[in-house]
Amino acid sequence: MDLNFEYVGQAVVIIVFGLAALIGYFFGSNWLLDTIFADVVTPDGHVTKSREGIREAIRPWLFVGPAVILLGLYLVYPAIQTFILSFFDANGDDFVGLSNYQWAFGDATFRQAISNNILWLLIVPSMSTAIGLLVAVLADNVRWGSIAKSLVFTPMAISFVGASVIWKFVYDYRGPDNPQIGVLNAIVQALGGEPQPWITLQPVVNSLLLMVILIWIQTGFAMVVLSAALRGVPDETLEAARIDGANEIRIFFNIMIPQIVGTILVVWTTITITVLKVFDIVLAMTNGQWDTDVLANLMYNWMFRGGGDYGRAGAIATVIMIAVIPILVWNIRRFQQEEALR
Amino acid sequence: MSTKIPILNMSIGAFLARALLLFIVIVWTVPTFGLFISSLRDKDQLAISGWWNALQNVQESQAGRTGTAEDQIERDGEFVIVGNVFDENSAKNIATYGDGLLPGEITDYGPGETVALDDGQTFTLNSDGSYEYTSPEAFDIDRGVRFFYVANIPPSFSLANYEEVLASEDFGQSFINTFTVTIPATLIPIAIAAFASYAFAWMDFPGRQVLFVIVVGLLVVPLQMSLIPLLRLYNNVGETFGFAAKSYPGIWLAHTGFGLPLAIYLLRNYIGGLPREIIESAKIDGASHFQIFIRLVMPLSIPALAAFAIFQFLWVWNDLLVALVFLNKTPDQIVMTSKLRELLGSRGDNWEILTSSAFVSILVPLIVFFSLQRYFVRGLLAGSVKGG
Repeated sequence: MDLNFEYVGQAVVIIVFGLAALIGYFFGSNWLLDTIFADVVTPDGHVTKSREGIREAIRPWLFVGPAVILLGLYLVYPAIQTFILSFFDANGDDFVGLSNYQWAFGDATFRQAISNNILWLLIVPSMSTAIGLLVAVLADNVRWGSIAKSLVFTPMAISFVGASVIWKFVYDYRGPDNPQIGVLNAIVQALGGEPQPWITLQPVVNSLLLMVILIWIQTGFAMVVLSAALRGVPDETLEAARIDGANEIRIFFNIMIPQIVGTILVVWTTITITVLKVFDIVLAMTNGQWDTDVLANLMYNWMFRGGGDYGRAGAIATVIMIAVIPILVWNIRRFQQEEALR
Repeated sequence: MSTKIPILNMSIGAFLARALLLFIVIVWTVPTFGLFISSLRDKDQLAISGWWNALQNVQESQAGRTGTAEDQIERDGEFVIVGNVFDENSAKNIATYGDGLLPGEITDYGPGETVALDDGQTFTLNSDGSYEYTSPEAFDIDRGVRFFYVANIPPSFSLANYEEVLASEDFGQSFINTFTVTIPATLIPIAIAAFASYAFAWMDFPGRQVLFVIVVGLLVVPLQMSLIPLLRLYNNVGETFGFAAKSYPGIWLAHTGFGLPLAIYLLRNYIGGLPREIIESAKIDGASHFQIFIRLVMPLSIPALAAFAIFQFLWVWNDLLVALVFLNKTPDQIVMTSKLRELLGSRGDNWEILTSSAFVSILVPLIVFFSLQRYFVRGLLAGSVKGG
């Protein structure tokens, strides 16, 4: 093994200094505040002038300062800047009005990406939520339920790229006359079908198979959150329905679902946000070839293509942002309602 | 629902429910399991047989060639060329042979069977791969003669693929690079967010509500909106002050910025839920907010801090996009996800490399995940179902 441990040493030094500076800031700034605005005290310990008011007016800003600066620098300022850049040319020098957007909606790849994104948005959140709910309900009545849930939850820990390798192996294709080493083609062959080159199989089949990867990852999230919500459904309600003779399927649809509909929406929107940003899977599996492109991957491509076209990349990013805005508004509304109840 | 299946003593509905759950669990587990088994297999076998056959012999058709006239020896009045088609210490054995030099098909003769050829010559291929080619007259061939055989390759499992990957593909270095990115990018946002969350929960200052609403909004702003201006900013700052635009401190700060909204949101919910009396009584005792935070609130918030730490750790470890934008792809900076993605492009058919690299890259998050799952689930619930 040829590892560069010298570099690790440097990294450790930088890490220690960085963290020390951070801790130093919080302790140092508060100490300064307490020293500069100390109460005026007479020699016999009598406070003649309390400056607690000044100290407590300044201290909150010492606490939130670093966070506010970083949020501004890394999220707020760039978001505004990206929006502005989307009206400028490739280098961000000349104002070009709406021409980046005109280009986008006239471009075949962009339209392909938009329609793929819509497909992803329709399929991935609904399937992940549905399967997650199914597992949550089924596992509740089984002795090995917690193991089952743990196994379905595991893909949450796996990176999108790692998951792509795992599934590319499942979809592997070896030509019609060779033994197949991909599970999917082996199953197809065992059932008497022809092995298929899944990754290049158009239309839509290959995109659907990429979506399977994200569903595989996100179902665990949906399951855990919905499982917790189901536990909140009062047992008495369920018992009462059972005594009335309702069967389990009716109890599920008529009693459980209405009680957790709020949570289902939260799960759905959270996965929707993830889907809008999906990038790694498409880049690793196809890099957008064979009609599988999505907006986030297209945006990344334009960011670097031919030295980078910031106008077009910015326009694509803005389109993604616009799709997120309804959820953003809904989230804030929900938060404000909860705050009102506090 | 009274129809029961006699042996299992359960209703048909309950049986179907269990079968469906089992089916989903299998679909969810098999892909990762297959990857893991494959990463341990011999690379030649991996390429020609499915991992579900890993415990069976793999059969492989191959061509062999006899030695030439130079190799012959005289024995008991006849001339013999001997040799072995396998390498020394090979675990392979011969299943069948035939064709080429021999009459008939590749499957016609079993190991050890002696085949009579024209002019009194004979040919024998033994199970261990050794062959004997005999002739009553001296051989006069200056090129070996071809024959064909089917070899059984017995199942073999080893860490050889892992050794290969860690030794030769820069993968070991990328493992360390990923750690170098992940640890500070997890610790820094925790420290910054903890102070901010306390201020949002327990301190009074103008604009507190508005600022926090902005944080809630930023929770869902896509990363894509940040990349271009930050790329330009980093390049400009690098040029102006003469240091590298792509550096570890640069990506730590980027991950910190991107992770802060969730960190502040989660921690404020937790810290804000601490009992008011604790904080009030500390204040009456003359403690400042700073002292209350360090001595009281921080220790009480360990579960929430841990929950966020796992989130951020997994997110940074598994990230590809931020690493692609803020780091070089040179060996001293490339992270594992980026390396894996490169391998997927350049070594797409070398499954022995891909499977073992992928498993190395998911091993650490899996360990973190399983050992700290309780905290992770708690954080997940706090982040998404607050208030039901």
